[in-house]
Amino acid sequence: MRFIWFHLMPWPHLPDDFRETYRSVWVDIPSRLYDPVRGVGIYNTYLDQLEYAETLGFDGLGVNEHHGNAYGMMPSPNLMAAALARRTSRAAIVVMGDSIALYNPPIRVAEEMAMIDVLCGGRMIAGFPVGTSQDTNFAYSTVPALTREKYAEAHQLIMRAWAADEPFAFNGRYTKMRYVNCWPKPLQKPHPPIFIPGGGSIETYDFCLEHEYNYSYLSYTGYTRARALMDGFWARVAEKGKDDSPYRASFAQVICVGATDQEAERLYSEHVSYFYNRCLHVYPPFFDAPGYRTVKTLQAGMITQLTQARHKELPTLAWKDLIERGYIIAGSPATVRERMEDLIKTLRVGQIYCLLHLGNMPDDKVRYSSKLFAEQVIPHLRSIWPAYRNDDRFWCRPPAPVVAPVRVASVGGE
Amino acid sequence: MMESRLIQAGRAKVRVYETGAGTPLLFLHGTHGILPNDSFLAALAQRYRVYAPCLPGYEDSDDAGALREMLDFTLHGLDLIEALGLRRPFLVGHSLGGMIAAEMAAVAANDIDRLALIAPHGLWLDSHPVPDLFAALPFDLPGLFFHDVALGTRLLTDGLDLEDPKFLADFMVTRARRLGTAGKILFAIPDRGFAERAYRVKAKTVVVWGEADRMMPPAYGEAYLRLLPAARLVRVPAAGHMVTHEQPDVVVAALAALD
Repeated sequence: MRFIWFHLMPWPHLPDDFRETYRSVWVDIPSRLYDPVRGVGIYNTYLDQLEYAETLGFDGLGVNEHHGNAYGMMPSPNLMAAALARRTSRAAIVVMGDSIALYNPPIRVAEEMAMIDVLCGGRMIAGFPVGTSQDTNFAYSTVPALTREKYAEAHQLIMRAWAADEPFAFNGRYTKMRYVNCWPKPLQKPHPPIFIPGGGSIETYDFCLEHEYNYSYLSYTGYTRARALMDGFWARVAEKGKDDSPYRASFAQVICVGATDQEAERLYSEHVSYFYNRCLHVYPPFFDAPGYRTVKTLQAGMITQLTQARHKELPTLAWKDLIERGYIIAGSPATVRERMEDLIKTLRVGQIYCLLHLGNMPDDKVRYSSKLFAEQVIPHLRSIWPAYRNDDRFWCRPPAPVVAPVRVASVGGE
Repeated sequence: MMESRLIQAGRAKVRVYETGAGTPLLFLHGTHGILPNDSFLAALAQRYRVYAPCLPGYEDSDDAGALREMLDFTLHGLDLIEALGLRRPFLVGHSLGGMIAAEMAAVAANDIDRLALIAPHGLWLDSHPVPDLFAALPFDLPGLFFHDVALGTRLLTDGLDLEDPKFLADFMVTRARRLGTAGKILFAIPDRGFAERAYRVKAKTVVVWGEADRMMPPAYGEAYLRLLPAARLVRVPAAGHMVTHEQPDVVVAALAALD
């Protein structure tokens, strides 16, 4: 098993009456609620937490991309990944991701990710999300019905740019370039591992299987609700005649660890509540601009129902509800171990995005929970998939050993 | 029931309703499509032979993935004229359809000699931002589209239960098809540059606007008139964006002035 310490970088000072006063945490939340003076400490604390996670033995450090969003303050995950590249040396840097349909031209993603991969010595994992409708359509104004076509073309351009050793011309519908020429190129060959977040469409299952990309289900609603979706993925793996390595799949989980179940509730319940009740307060139409999802996916019904169910449920959820309904895994190390094992086996996943910072959680609690998880939970879960012990197809492959930075001689030569 | 058939118009197979008798009129509907027992088509049919295609994404017309941008939709409109075998029909467009009709009249200026634009999209005024139709909730629509909200609620949701999950699921699919397609020219800002092409329009033109249009505020009528100085602007009292359905006879009378 591999564990990614994943940060959303939320704004921790949303007012108490946020839900009553504002319709959404995302897209049209006024930026007057952001205070850059407080932001200095917040960004730096968040980066410190990611660096601390490496010292605890987490396998990966995760950052992601959101726009106009008070719970996800990384419009550019690449900037944060670059900061981590310089200050860490072992953990994978999981950029989850760059919403490749949003970069114009998308060669920018190939270039920046290559920069990160070289800078960190080949530890980067490249996430290529289609992007949420909130980010892609509403915040960045991509035409919903053209988003997927644009995404597919961007993917093709980036992969060709990474593979090519000579400049080439690219005559796409959305991008036309006479000289595609990616300088620098990624350290990992043939390319860094690629993770694709999916939400249940067969097209995305197939896209991952066809290219041997990891399928990541990033949900805040826990593993019991994720079961049908992941069963669908594994059924498709079988249909395609692929091996069932759990490392093909990843899942995000909110986790809180205390010395006892009671301590966990006492320490974390207010922050969990801030996360579920303020950070996830999104105006429903922003989830789904018409045309963003394919008709086939809508007809399958799963997403609509889940979305509706979620909106009806969230407003009343308290600590006990969140645990009983499986949204969060929280409690003593023993409790968390048991639930995590159930999650991992139920969904058959090889990577967990661990959401150990939540909402407005202060630094000391983040570190306490992370340390307990690293020391008293992870060791019991490490070897859960012995049959695939050596499967490194879906993880970064830094050239071993990671070389110490070589200083280049000055231009004059000495 | 109006008669209808499926025809191949260029790259899209679409359903076309046909009704009435008189000179031929091609009607391009708005974002809301053609309503059941459409009272506007009935009013037009008193005077014209009406051809009313369902635009791609509406009813059982193709989704037409090959139509991606304004030029594709404009050419689709011209393909419809060709496929229906019409010669210089009276071109009438409402809302979304008005945006396409205006572009057709600019691109094929010598083929369109009579044009009616009813609350068309296609311009943007910073002083009057168009509401975000793509972020509207189902129960917001009557208020956005109608002066008489009770009438709007009845026309848009008659016999439907907004709380019924089956209805909502179907509604999501219908909305995704319609606005997904319309979004190619309306999202995120419903302006694809007509203002720069308006000088080409030669058609005798009437612009019709509901005085209580909350979707496309009447200031857009004035803006169209500035771009098409030879056009006549008819303001219709007690009508919103669906002026076609709130005051069908007044709208038809405004059109008839071009005959």
